[in-house]
Amino acid sequence: MDPQIIIARRVAQELKSGNLVNLGIGIPTLVANYVPSDLKVFFQSENGLIGTGPIPEQGMAHPLLTDAGGRPISALPGAATFDSAMSFGLIRGGHVDVTVLGGLQVDAHGLLANWMIPGKMVPGMGGAMDLVSGAKRVIVAMQHAAKGKSKIVPKCNLPLTSARPVSLVVTDMAVIGFPDGKATLLETAPGVSVGEILAVTEAELFVPDHVPEMKL
Amino acid sequence: MKAVSVEEAVAMIPAGASVMVGGFMGVGTPERLLDELVRQNKTGLSLICNDAAIPGKGVGKLFDAGQVAKLTATHIGLNPKAQQQMLGNQISVELVPQGTFVERIRAGGCGLGGVLTPTGVGTLVAEGKRQIEVDGKPFLLETAIRAQFALVHAFLADYLGNLTYALTARNFNPIMAMAADTVIVTAEHIVPVGVIAPDHVVTPAPLVDYLIANG
Repeated sequence: MDPQIIIARRVAQELKSGNLVNLGIGIPTLVANYVPSDLKVFFQSENGLIGTGPIPEQGMAHPLLTDAGGRPISALPGAATFDSAMSFGLIRGGHVDVTVLGGLQVDAHGLLANWMIPGKMVPGMGGAMDLVSGAKRVIVAMQHAAKGKSKIVPKCNLPLTSARPVSLVVTDMAVIGFPDGKATLLETAPGVSVGEILAVTEAELFVPDHVPEMKL
Repeated sequence: MKAVSVEEAVAMIPAGASVMVGGFMGVGTPERLLDELVRQNKTGLSLICNDAAIPGKGVGKLFDAGQVAKLTATHIGLNPKAQQQMLGNQISVELVPQGTFVERIRAGGCGLGGVLTPTGVGTLVAEGKRQIEVDGKPFLLETAIRAQFALVHAFLADYLGNLTYALTARNFNPIMAMAADTVIVTAEHIVPVGVIAPDHVVTPAPLVDYLIANG
């Protein structure tokens, strides 16, 4: 299975009926494709919409209805629109149940860096800092390693997104949580051994006696 | 409210002015005002806008023409020209978390000195800012933002200047309409008074100084 699809399918299992969910750009966006159709999840687009629907068919796009990347989207029946103060009130105020974000690094205590690489990439944090500070659950969806280098590190050397740790990290190799503030291997991806995960993970990982395999 | 031509409206904005512009990636941005700012070549602007849009669209046009001296924004990653101008020190950029950005503008429009937010505590954003504890939790003091001009785009404007917005084109527009000395509005449609029901008015007419008349 494509690594991104492994991640998206596994993250989708974390969403519950009635949840208000904000998906970041990249792998997180794919999560919406794997939510079972009987699950009533509300997707928020932080530019001012709850009830974000799929990309409209050719010729059906509305110039005033876009996602946070400026791309045309649709609105589902029952959708609501609002201004940016309301949108970030929802985010910071703890009304968003789950946010799924990409990551550059997550450290052994669950701290996330995902908004800049000094001197190289300074796009700005957009809504990421508010999402990590305010959403009830923060899930990072990212590849376990980039160019052979672990993205799960002992300590982030890139600027942090928040001083608040994330709830869960889902990669193409593993699910990692932070009970008691330390990185713990919760699940392995299909066909990946605990040993393989430990070999490519720079941060120290606590490994419980039994680590189940992801059910995808 | 006074109805004016787009040329007259932009002529009021001096070079070097501080200007807030509504819109999110160019959606909900008053394009006619931006085209005229470029045509009249108003330079040295201090721009306050969520993002730098993309070249050729929304405030992206101001970066194409090199008219921005200072930018306060949350994200400029999709405009390579704005990035180049920042990295080349041609413009000074203050990057602000999006929720903080909108609350600072809201504070500016509502007579508040600033807001306390948990966003940014323990990050680069906290540098040089006061941290205040409330009930044992740390918050950053983020100060209010105002501007000389707010350029706002509405969906409907009535003859008095009452405004409503459409879909995701609302974004920062109604917040900015509160936070500037002079508020200039373009609308997709100008309609008779009464078409917008009182319950549906988002920006009440007294906040609007100038409405750009149909060309």
